[in-house]
Amino acid sequence: MMEFLDMGGYAAFVWPAYAITFAVIAANIIWARRLLRQAQASARRRLAARGEQP
Amino acid sequence: MSAGSAPSVLGLPASLETPAAAVSAWAAARLALQRDLTLAFRKPAQLLQPLAFFALVTMLFPLAISPELSQLRLVAPGAIWAAALLASLLALEFLFRDDAQDGTLEQYALSGQSLTTLLFAKTTAHWLLTGLPLACMAPIAALSLGAPAPALGAITAAVVLGSVTLSLVGSIGAGLTLNIKRSSALLSLLTLPLSLPVLIFGARATQVAIAGGPVLAPLELLAALAVLGVTLAPLAAAAAVRISLE
Amino acid sequence: MNFTWFHRLGSPPYVYALAERLTPWFAWSAALLILAGLYGGLVLAPPDYQQGDGFRIIYVHAPSAWMSLMVYTSMALAAAVGLIWRIKVAHAAAAACAPVGASFTVAALVTGSLWGQPMWGTYWQWDPRLTSELVLLFLYLGYMGLRAGIEDTQRADRASAVLAVVGIINVPVIHYSVTWWNSLHQAPTVMRLAKSAMPPSMLVPLLMMLLGFTLFFGAVLLVRLRAEILTRERTSQWIREALGA
Repeated sequence: MMEFLDMGGYAAFVWPAYAITFAVIAANIIWARRLLRQAQASARRRLAARGEQP
Repeated sequence: MSAGSAPSVLGLPASLETPAAAVSAWAAARLALQRDLTLAFRKPAQLLQPLAFFALVTMLFPLAISPELSQLRLVAPGAIWAAALLASLLALEFLFRDDAQDGTLEQYALSGQSLTTLLFAKTTAHWLLTGLPLACMAPIAALSLGAPAPALGAITAAVVLGSVTLSLVGSIGAGLTLNIKRSSALLSLLTLPLSLPVLIFGARATQVAIAGGPVLAPLELLAALAVLGVTLAPLAAAAAVRISLE
Repeated sequence: MNFTWFHRLGSPPYVYALAERLTPWFAWSAALLILAGLYGGLVLAPPDYQQGDGFRIIYVHAPSAWMSLMVYTSMALAAAVGLIWRIKVAHAAAAACAPVGASFTVAALVTGSLWGQPMWGTYWQWDPRLTSELVLLFLYLGYMGLRAGIEDTQRADRASAVLAVVGIINVPVIHYSVTWWNSLHQAPTVMRLAKSAMPPSMLVPLLMMLLGFTLFFGAVLLVRLRAEILTRERTSQWIREALGA
């Protein structure tokens, strides 16, 4: 297990690289979903304001 | 010909104004070119600004790096081209701005003449006013940075060719950012990536010239870029201007 | 030829519904492939004889770099479609692509830099690939900046579409010009693990990661596209049903 984490001595480079890539993946997921939620909420508010039920 | 009652489109005496359909594309282009040159020479201070900027930036390098000509010679290619690129970016603001503001650009778009041709004429005028003087200053700048005299001819040729491409490529960004306030940073952001091949090959040509090597190959590449620019850039610029004027 | 599918893709409500249905497929298959690729790349694949375990960065670096280019190409294609056929949904898709592409370009640059330090001894080098990746980042930023600078949505769409299309000409030119420049300089050798020289135990996880990331892009694009469509179709009737569902 320690060998795996050590990555043959390259741990200081390999793991940050993986970390940043998955941070980017996570950020994309969160950001996209938040955008959609906001757009849906905003659309619902507009429809409600015009007196039509979503 | 009662053209006197119609508003003057190109700023010329009424006797020279004819309906658009009667004017050939070549004549229209020439008129646009003449107009731009005439108007520019009424504000000579504006013409000198990019040149002064170029000189100043060139001066930064000996102050920041080292006054030793032997060392400056190594930096000279990059320095000259970075300065030329920045100076031409500065000058790009003047390409469409005045005409967009006073409605001339819209007249061009509506005139029935090919907007591509008219914009190409404007870009040519712009190059004559900024790129060409820059190319004339380039050998002086190169000399000041330690370039040997035999290299100066090739360096000038390189900057002439490169500045043509820079003006053309810049017209696209200028067209896209017509209506955006305080767009100079955005204009630079848009134009610089498109200008990088010119920078790379131009610096390469300068370096080879200073070293006394075969300078024809990079010059031919610069010429090829210029040809590519001449054929494609005005089309993109016209599309960009039309979109901005919508 | 029956082109109804093409015309249907131009209809926002149809695309919205389709995107909603397809997203889970893209998302889950992406997750599966990425997890499998990770396991294969980190655990199963043997260490490289030259780079040891350090080479495993390739399993995040190569997919990120692939994404940065693939997303730009998709963005430019969508922009071109929107420009030529005046299809709003295409413009919405292009807008949705940009932030995704830019973020993966940053990932590619950072992971490449982290790979460069142990391999080349420097965090940065003006190597052709790194330099063209950096230029690509500026192309994305310019695209997003232009969109942000123009208030009218339709004009922003069309202006940024012109930029995206012009930029695509730029990408191979930048890449090749920097290569020529470096080859004239006889630059230090560029690190390359030639795919054909890779044993299957190393290659298969890489392919899985590449495919997985691509499907991930699909999922994110579909979600962002829905958000874009909703934002643009402010007063349309179909939204009522779509949200109520």
